[in-house]
Amino acid sequence: MSADIRPTGLRASWLLLALVVLAGALVIGVLVGPVPLKLSGVLRELADRLPFVQLSSGLSEQQSAILWQLRMPRVALAGLVGGMLALSGAAYQGVFRNPLADPYLLGVAAGAGLGATIAIAYGPAAADWPVDPLPLAAFAGALLGVSVTYALGRANLRGRTTATLILAGVATASFLTAIQTYVQQREDDTVRQVYAWILGQLTTASWREVVLILPYLIMSSVAILVHRRLLDMLSVGDEEASSLGVNTQRVRLIIVVAASLGTAAAVAVSGLIGFVGVIVPHTVRLLFGSSYRLVVPLSIILGGAFLVLADLVGRTLIAPAEIPIGVITAFLGAPFFLLILRRSGRVA
Amino acid sequence: MGRISALFVCLALTLGACGEASDKPATPAATGDESFPVTIQAVNGDVDIPSRPERIVSLSSTATEMLFAIGAGDQVVAVDDQSDYPPGVPTTSLSGYEPNVEAIAEYGPDLVVAAGGSGLKSLAGLSIPLLVHPAAGTLDEAYTQFEQLGVATGHVAEAAEEVARIKSRIDEIVATVPDFAEPPSFYHELDNTYFSATSATFIGQIYELAGLTNIADKADKAGTGYPQLSAEYIVQADPDLIFLADSECCNQTPERVASRPGWDKISAVRNDAVFDVGDDIASRWGPRIVDFLQKVVDAERELEMANQ
Repeated sequence: MSADIRPTGLRASWLLLALVVLAGALVIGVLVGPVPLKLSGVLRELADRLPFVQLSSGLSEQQSAILWQLRMPRVALAGLVGGMLALSGAAYQGVFRNPLADPYLLGVAAGAGLGATIAIAYGPAAADWPVDPLPLAAFAGALLGVSVTYALGRANLRGRTTATLILAGVATASFLTAIQTYVQQREDDTVRQVYAWILGQLTTASWREVVLILPYLIMSSVAILVHRRLLDMLSVGDEEASSLGVNTQRVRLIIVVAASLGTAAAVAVSGLIGFVGVIVPHTVRLLFGSSYRLVVPLSIILGGAFLVLADLVGRTLIAPAEIPIGVITAFLGAPFFLLILRRSGRVA
Repeated sequence: MGRISALFVCLALTLGACGEASDKPATPAATGDESFPVTIQAVNGDVDIPSRPERIVSLSSTATEMLFAIGAGDQVVAVDDQSDYPPGVPTTSLSGYEPNVEAIAEYGPDLVVAAGGSGLKSLAGLSIPLLVHPAAGTLDEAYTQFEQLGVATGHVAEAAEEVARIKSRIDEIVATVPDFAEPPSFYHELDNTYFSATSATFIGQIYELAGLTNIADKADKAGTGYPQLSAEYIVQADPDLIFLADSECCNQTPERVASRPGWDKISAVRNDAVFDVGDDIASRWGPRIVDFLQKVVDAERELEMANQ
């Protein structure tokens, strides 16, 4: 069954290329930052962590803390969030056969926004709360948003069109956003913090967030990667897929749940970072091909690379001040995407 | 419901039947203040005030503090939901961020003071004078706002006295600033995503008076006065003092700051020199800037003691 569509599948060379791009982005991300660290110092510091290697890096205690506790977790988090958003975007686009679908389509963003706003406005005033309630509330809100959307849209999911689910998402998002705005206006001394969160932030990234998001990213990636061939069939049409023996409803549910869970985790730790979920999968399609067997893995890898580089721009362009990451993704992403679109149009 | 009850309160107040209004005799100058009409040149153009205002609505917490400091408190009928000082101000649910002109008009104001003019244009159609006093960039701008409020409310002399009081208090406090061989550096935190304030703001001016070096100054290429610093930079800049103005908005405490990754390498954290200056005191350019300055200088003296 797979032999006949092999030519459009993932080629090892493309996978290698994507991995090289990601590795390059990660290395540059770690080496460059608002505080200049000596290249040799960073390399020695990294080598020192290898087993059986004892090296004095020449970095001060502060520089070492900057490298290990601030810069590395931030680069790692950017990579994970970028990969997750691109993956979810690709999955939604396939499931809904809608090129404009993005990871926030089904009320994830609005739900997370409401959760975050409530946590900021009414969260425990005591600073001795053991964990930061913000990501947890955002995560819960995101899951709530998707669940409501799914419950509302499910009735017609078996039908010929998935438009119902998308429309249910639009309605849910508007409703949740309305509540969020209301809470925000009632408690307008928290407006600044809410906006800071909505604009997306990797500013305060730490290993804690990396650990928090990692299991969800792995689960979602595996679940979607396993179904990447079925995504190809779904993208042809439900009837065609059914005739090939695919349980379309079940596949769709698994993919939607996996993508939503991953998006919720990403949103919880980094706020709303737009554009990655739309631009990266489409760029992959334009450059390599539209089979989900390559779009899914390459989107994860290149999404990670894209967000690492976007964040690099955000934290160095006007260093030592910061530019919100959401501004950078749209500002860099849109022209880049148009360029690719034009080029591919000419080729075709 | 809320609006209706508020309306009743207004009526009651105008009849002098309840609240503070009944405790104090009506000001004799109220009816025949000779100095009116006045025109004030504010950022929102020339503001004409035909007679001494008796029903002022303040949508700015700083303006509220200023009005009460210059003795115009009796003329204030309503203040926005952020105004909470001095104790007993007539706080309402009016919002300065999202002003609702209809709700404001229900208080029947003869002067509205706000920190920003957006959403308030239609007051002109109701012939209600609007005085916009945005965040002061300098202490002199803050003094000018005191003086303008004095003219606008018929308390010119008291406004001048208040400005003189603030200036002399500042001089007294500045005289107690300890001598450091090298001025200590500091980081002023506005929220937990590391927004800060440079010396180009009135917040920064307070620190300049205290002889401190602001680590945010190098970071404001955009020139907003309020840059968002990167954590890496704060750790590297290694400030001697950290001042938190986000304990109320964002639940930040010296302990929380110390637990941030990498921050334990900062001198201020290692030496327990992280101080909570209070969100309100450190963000309002009103009469309590002297309290803000006092807190900063107290912190400096603690630092000096620790160094000895």
